[in-house]
Amino acid sequence: MESGDVILRFENISKIFPGVRALSDITFDIRRGEVHVLLGENGAGKSTLIKILTGVYKADGGRIILDGREILPEDILQSRKMGIGTVFQENSLVPHLTVAENVFLSREIKNRFGTIDWRRTYIECQRWIGEMGIDIDPRAMVRDLSVAEQQIVEIVKILSQEPSIIILDEPTSALSDHEIDNLFSIVNKLKNEKGITFIYISHRMEEIKFIGDRASVLRDGHYIGLLPDLKTVKLDDIINMIVGRALDEKFPKRDVEIGGVILEIDDLTVAKTIYNVSFNVRAGEVLGLAGLVGSGRTSAAKAIIGMLPKKSGTVRIAGEIADIRSPSDAIKMGIAYLPEDRKREGLLLTKPVRENVTLPTLRKFKRFGALRKSLEAIAVNGFKEMLSIKTPSIERLAKFLSGGNQQKVVFSKWLCAQTRVYIFDEPTRGIDVGSKSEIYKIINNLARDGAAIIVISSELPEILGVCDRVVVMCEGRVAGEIGRREATQESIMKYAIGGVR
Amino acid sequence: MATEKNTLRQRLSFTNDPWFSAVVPLIVLFAAMSIIKPDTFLTSSNIMNVLRQSSTYAIMAVGMSFAIITGGIDLSQGSVLAVVAIVVGIVIRDTESIFLAVAAGIAVGAAVGVLNGAVVAFLGVPAFIMTLGTMRAMRGVALLITNGTPIDIKMRAFRVVGVESLFGIPIPVYLFVAVALAAQFILSQTATGRYIFALGSNEEAAKISGVRISANRIKAYLISGVCVAIAAILYISRLGSAQPIAGESYELESVAAAVIGGTSIVGGEGSAIGSIIGAVVVALIRNGMVLLQISTYWQSIVIGMVIVVSVSIDILRKRIEASRVS
Repeated sequence: MESGDVILRFENISKIFPGVRALSDITFDIRRGEVHVLLGENGAGKSTLIKILTGVYKADGGRIILDGREILPEDILQSRKMGIGTVFQENSLVPHLTVAENVFLSREIKNRFGTIDWRRTYIECQRWIGEMGIDIDPRAMVRDLSVAEQQIVEIVKILSQEPSIIILDEPTSALSDHEIDNLFSIVNKLKNEKGITFIYISHRMEEIKFIGDRASVLRDGHYIGLLPDLKTVKLDDIINMIVGRALDEKFPKRDVEIGGVILEIDDLTVAKTIYNVSFNVRAGEVLGLAGLVGSGRTSAAKAIIGMLPKKSGTVRIAGEIADIRSPSDAIKMGIAYLPEDRKREGLLLTKPVRENVTLPTLRKFKRFGALRKSLEAIAVNGFKEMLSIKTPSIERLAKFLSGGNQQKVVFSKWLCAQTRVYIFDEPTRGIDVGSKSEIYKIINNLARDGAAIIVISSELPEILGVCDRVVVMCEGRVAGEIGRREATQESIMKYAIGGVR
Repeated sequence: MATEKNTLRQRLSFTNDPWFSAVVPLIVLFAAMSIIKPDTFLTSSNIMNVLRQSSTYAIMAVGMSFAIITGGIDLSQGSVLAVVAIVVGIVIRDTESIFLAVAAGIAVGAAVGVLNGAVVAFLGVPAFIMTLGTMRAMRGVALLITNGTPIDIKMRAFRVVGVESLFGIPIPVYLFVAVALAAQFILSQTATGRYIFALGSNEEAAKISGVRISANRIKAYLISGVCVAIAAILYISRLGSAQPIAGESYELESVAAAVIGGTSIVGGEGSAIGSIIGAVVVALIRNGMVLLQISTYWQSIVIGMVIVVSVSIDILRKRIEASRVS
């Protein structure tokens, strides 16, 4: 069992979700004692692969071989027993318990009376903390620790279960530079002194070159290739491998005269999420808001419509300052927001299609204080026809529609509102190709009618295909602005990962 | 063939409505009692008695369904009933004005409703806790105003509504049908009703759609308070006396009636009609147990179990539905 041999092997792993092939035929090796980086865009299949490894999902095909033996973990607990520890993105600590209590949660050290042996608990915890060469009080409450310290406690917790492989899923997204250095020295120490293998997921190119040994690139569920030495490879080559697909979706052409500025955002700041964000959108223009997940695109949109409180900044509509404190204000002033998570924020799943479509615009359907369902039905049937929403009746509950048709229902809500500004947050997420191009057509038609449109998307081809101009966000700030002609996947990605400052 | 099938299904589509589930126990209970005790149950005086008794609960349950549809609950109903009844009794005693008494009673009910709604909406205190707090506080208010002694009403005119009948049907029955129709109109024909369902169904989506969450939540509790006030006026008119301990645990019967009537305890679903049917079901259960000479101790146990069973049925129904979708 010397370092360098294969500890973990993925062999022809496939996973199919309804309508989507999330992983096809993934095969690669991870060596003992290396830091193996998983690279890929959002939706490339990294998380799915990790979830299969940790037993959250079951693979539809293929084998996982750990130390020469095939494993089939049923859940996270089982995978942990097999020696695979995962530090998740969202931390899984209990805030009002101490560090030691958290570390030994569900594995409490007991004395011969069957009650918890506190003295040994704290000594054991201190020992593991010491192994990592850091200083955290085992008796401290987790809620009093910084985010970075909490993350270290997560690692201590995993480490104390003596795993052979530790998965770190975007561990640095919430850390400062100094804290990142700290984390990396811990990773190096554990790798060199204890021979622990790491699977490392991150979007930050600079840091993976620094911490990683080898990397595997996934794209659209396929294994694209292995980078055998991260220390020598060029950043541009990595990005090419990550994004380098041909535009495979059809983007209908649009030929629209772009008019004056409709929406103007100036110096928008939301506490702890976005800082001094400024941009504008013109009539007939489609502005892309690009960036990695968590870069603040959705927060900016939600601040504009009054879902998040603004710390500072102004929103102008057609030159006039708009004081928007709630989405209801935003709708009155002509801004519609299509949320990224249609099930959680877009739909009343237990209500009929009709009631969903008219919810933002019920006022239009009132007469003498009572709603006119016949008027509603005429309007909603109109949208059903226009967007070819597939449902036997507009009285069908929203939850019974397919994803693409649900999304068209959410679109209808805002088309019905006939606003001047549309913000579409991931408008085609989880939607089949056919519905996608229909949604692009809707966006084009709105632009033709002179609306100002913002499209937030994590899919670069989509940004390039539908937008006239792209604003790229990184860590809560506007990192750059790119015109349609200059915009390429590489140029956007460079801004998005903070490569250009 | 297909179209015929469709229209038949459409014509019977009300059987899918949640309130329809209350019709089944209604019929079963009625049939069972008619067979077991035909001589005492199936008399017009007993039936009228059941309806008269269910009137207070029915009106409260209509209000309760508004609170539950938003995803909340109004546990202060029973205590508010006592306070309103006492206020109405005192105003009648001191002014002999029915108009003033009714106005004062409704104002008190509305005020407590707005208080409940505002704290739940603006501070985010769970409705269960907030209304539990007002439940205790209002009971204290009732005892404080009366110093623990009942208020009697001697004015004959005020008691007409509670006691008399019109065309052989007790006047309270007309009243609760009127309240139910008004409430059902709000729920299914007005924007306010739509918003109340929307925020109970998915608050986040409703907010993004421009629904004013706080205002509509407060309206729901306001309506609950006003319903309780109407129920309280009926109550004191019927009994002619307001005890400070009046209406104790009525809120639970009201929850039971709403849930039996198809109001979903997790919010987003329900109807006034269903709550009325639910209240009649609860009254039938009580009446049946009285006729069968089951002790009042057992009656409590049965009503408690009815609440749990009906909520369980609602949750199981949802789970089955969910598994069918995915």
